[in-house]
Amino acid sequence: MDIPKVSTKTNLSDKLGTVMARLTLNRANYKVEPGLYAVGTPSTNSNVFVSANYKLSFDSLRKELGGMDAWILVLDTKGINVWCAAGEGTFGTQELINRISETKLNEIVTQRKLIVPQLGAVGVAAHIIKEETGFNVVYGPVRAKDIPEFLKAGMRATPEMRRVNFTFVDRSKLVAAEFAMGFKYLFIVSVILIAFAQYNLCANILLAYFGGTVLGPLLLPWLPGRAFSLKGVSAGLITFLIAYFFGFAGKNILSIAGSLFLMTALASFMLMNFTGASTYTSFSGVKKEMKAAVPLQAGALVVGLVIIVVKIFIRS
Amino acid sequence: MKHNYLKNVTTLKLDAEKCNGCAKCIEVCPHEVFEMKNKKSFIKDKDACMECGACAKNCPEKALEVDAGVGCAAAIILGALTGGKPTCGCGSDSGCCG
Repeated sequence: MDIPKVSTKTNLSDKLGTVMARLTLNRANYKVEPGLYAVGTPSTNSNVFVSANYKLSFDSLRKELGGMDAWILVLDTKGINVWCAAGEGTFGTQELINRISETKLNEIVTQRKLIVPQLGAVGVAAHIIKEETGFNVVYGPVRAKDIPEFLKAGMRATPEMRRVNFTFVDRSKLVAAEFAMGFKYLFIVSVILIAFAQYNLCANILLAYFGGTVLGPLLLPWLPGRAFSLKGVSAGLITFLIAYFFGFAGKNILSIAGSLFLMTALASFMLMNFTGASTYTSFSGVKKEMKAAVPLQAGALVVGLVIIVVKIFIRS
Repeated sequence: MKHNYLKNVTTLKLDAEKCNGCAKCIEVCPHEVFEMKNKKSFIKDKDACMECGACAKNCPEKALEVDAGVGCAAAIILGALTGGKPTCGCGSDSGCCG
């Protein structure tokens, strides 16, 4: 069987692809063919790393294997990263079992350990893999960059390597995608509002959207409250103050109140959606906060819009 | 900086009677929820649980139980609209799965 070899260096086109994928452009085509790959000149005793067929996952793994002889077993996760795919079950027990038999891994290697990224554990049951294939699943570190350390320590991960973080840098990598997500709707709304000369309203919406998708994620741990929707109210208030300061909230109490309601509701809703990108919110928790927040957001949005529309008609 | 999400919401349950002390839950948990105590797993930080389900999936004794799901508002909205189970719409262009 012909096993493709991969390089452990990423080139300019890989890096450009990463940027494109981060901006959610061309993500659907960012796949690697599932199957077995060789790094260096692996033997029957070399380590086997399991990965997803999302190119960013695959690249971040192969980059860390410089100077090593190893195998990479790529699962068919439909081009989705390990953690999300594990949640959906595509990075899962059955796919791993099938991929092992399809690649005849048990004949290619004689050692019986598979290094699976820890976040893959959401979809993979180690004890079932052992029963069905004879391979022992060892969960590697959360981040591929810790792999050399992990191997040096005899395949032991420190608690730090096991912990998922959500640092300022992590969050700043996500804001571009977060901002881009609803941008086409934002663009259409802006064009319509500008066509009707509603510049203030347009500025309010743009600022609040920025508050919920950029400011909120970046300032996340410093915004008061635990619920994202509540943190979003603060982010909305910050953008409201900016709008007020630059005169986009109007001058009389009615238009100021309208901007306040509209902007806090929109920012709160947008930041609530950031729960999906975060690494620590639970299903039960998000359900709970939504039950309280969504009616309030909808109410504030309606109140804000009604005030603004009434204000426009009074003026005209 | 440690993030804290809502308190007293997680559905995580551990049946210490069934635990065989294999420590797989400690190996897979991304938020250090578990600790070994007297050769058995013990929930030390329940509110840190994000219900990813990795521990329950990898518990050979079925000592762990959690209503696993995605902590994602967009997925819950989508699930409510389509009547399906909330999952990440990650196949699409949604931003959550970078």
